[in-house]
Amino acid sequence: MSSIERTAAGISVVRASQVCKYYGGFQALDHIDLNVEKGETIVVCGPSGSGKSTLIRCLNALERHQSGKLTVCGVEVNDSRQSVDAVRRKTGMVFQNFNLFPHMTVIENCMIAPMKVRGMSRDQARATAERFLARVHIPEQADKYPAQLSGGQQQRVAIARALSMSPELMLFDEPTSALDPEMVREVLDTMVELAKEGSTMICVTHEMNFARQVADRVIFMDRGSIVESGAPEAFFARPETERAREFLAQILN
Amino acid sequence: MFQQYSLAHVQFMLTGLGWTVTLALIALVGGSIAGSVLTLMRVSSNAILSRIAQFYIFVVQGTPLLVTLFIAYFGASYVGFAVQPLVAIAVAFSFYAAAFLGDIWRGAIQSVPGGQHEGAHALGLSRVAAMRYIIIPQAIRIATPPTVGFFVQLIKNTSLASVVGIVELTRTAQIVSNATFKPLEVYLTAALFYFLVCFPITLFSRRLEKRLNV
Ligand SMILES: Nc1ncnc2c1ncn2[C@@H]1O[C@H](COP(=O)(O)OP(=O)(O)OP(=O)(O)O)[C@@H](O)[C@H]1O
Ligand SMILES: [Mg+2]
Repeated sequence: MSSIERTAAGISVVRASQVCKYYGGFQALDHIDLNVEKGETIVVCGPSGSGKSTLIRCLNALERHQSGKLTVCGVEVNDSRQSVDAVRRKTGMVFQNFNLFPHMTVIENCMIAPMKVRGMSRDQARATAERFLARVHIPEQADKYPAQLSGGQQQRVAIARALSMSPELMLFDEPTSALDPEMVREVLDTMVELAKEGSTMICVTHEMNFARQVADRVIFMDRGSIVESGAPEAFFARPETERAREFLAQILN
Repeated sequence: MFQQYSLAHVQFMLTGLGWTVTLALIALVGGSIAGSVLTLMRVSSNAILSRIAQFYIFVVQGTPLLVTLFIAYFGASYVGFAVQPLVAIAVAFSFYAAAFLGDIWRGAIQSVPGGQHEGAHALGLSRVAAMRYIIIPQAIRIATPPTVGFFVQLIKNTSLASVVGIVELTRTAQIVSNATFKPLEVYLTAALFYFLVCFPITLFSRRLEKRLNV
């Protein structure tokens, strides 16, 4: 496996070149080129069905691309077991529907992967989990079950669970879309803190205030392609394409 | 000419109950082991294994237990294996139970939402670890009520063992009823005995469900 590649600007975390993904005959990703460097926060937006989820799911090998070259955290993503294991160990993912394990307490949710994947002892894993639960501001919920928490709290547990594996890249797939409006803020605040602490993050979200606040770049997708990519101010003020203008007009109203 | 229905008869039926419990244990243990194997085959990513298991389930579920038992006992001796009745029963019941348990457990595993697999895999858990720590514990909760229902069914089906000469509860009741001509009292006693065996299992399953249901 190749080591982490250095570019002129910094350390490359994601390098996608001409990546294509098909579902049967349907092309969900159409020659994607993307570079993400260490410490960057990227916001991905675009209409429903444009391939945003597909893109970030290819990054941690939950979906497999069929052509093109994809390197994530220094690992070339391919069909080999080692590649898939390595890339998943180095990335964390937060889902729209949390996907917490309902039969485990909050802290157990955060301990299972460090113990079974990293081989940490129970005490070590507990200490790590407690640290990350404190970081997402819910240390007191450690011994509850997910079903006993509010949606916002559950999503913060999911963030802590992903962080407890110390990922080099965090992937977020519409982390606030399933939440009641009053809980969106607490999850976004947590994500803003992460971004400001220098985490590398790729976030599929339509929360444009979040994008304005912390995104280094906004990527706009449509029909499986990256149509625009630029700094948030420029993207919001002067979208270059008609499709992006229509999309912004829709979500900003 | 008819005997009085007496304590001695009840004691005789208790020996029958002993056999019924023994048969049930054999069926439960054998069926669970074979059912686990079948479940693993069914959910494995190997298409051939999965197909074989599917075919097995299809055939055995469609065969009455009595016929399966006849095949294991009379069929086997016909082709030259002199099998003990108890062995024939163990084999027939295990094969029969496996076909149902394999299906119930596969269904339970597959009804755990896909998001649970994704959550586990995104954390780097291997397929085996995801199964063991995330999927199977949740599947057990889902599978408990139908599994217990099937176990109770299986216990009652042990009465079929009388056809290969095992004097279990139903058979003893028949004998006593013929001797005393008190069918109502005798069969009510037998029903009570079956209930006493099945009820604790149902109770245990409720307890288990409550404990697993968090
Ligand atoms: N498992 C699948 N099988 C077949 N088609 C799929 C599958 N997953 C996604 N697609 C299709 O691929 C396209 C891209 O889907 P994707 O989920 O990436 O879109 P999205 O941009 O995340 O949309 P949304 O905003 O609705 O989440 C869609 O047209 C979708 O129907
Ligand atoms: Mg999506």
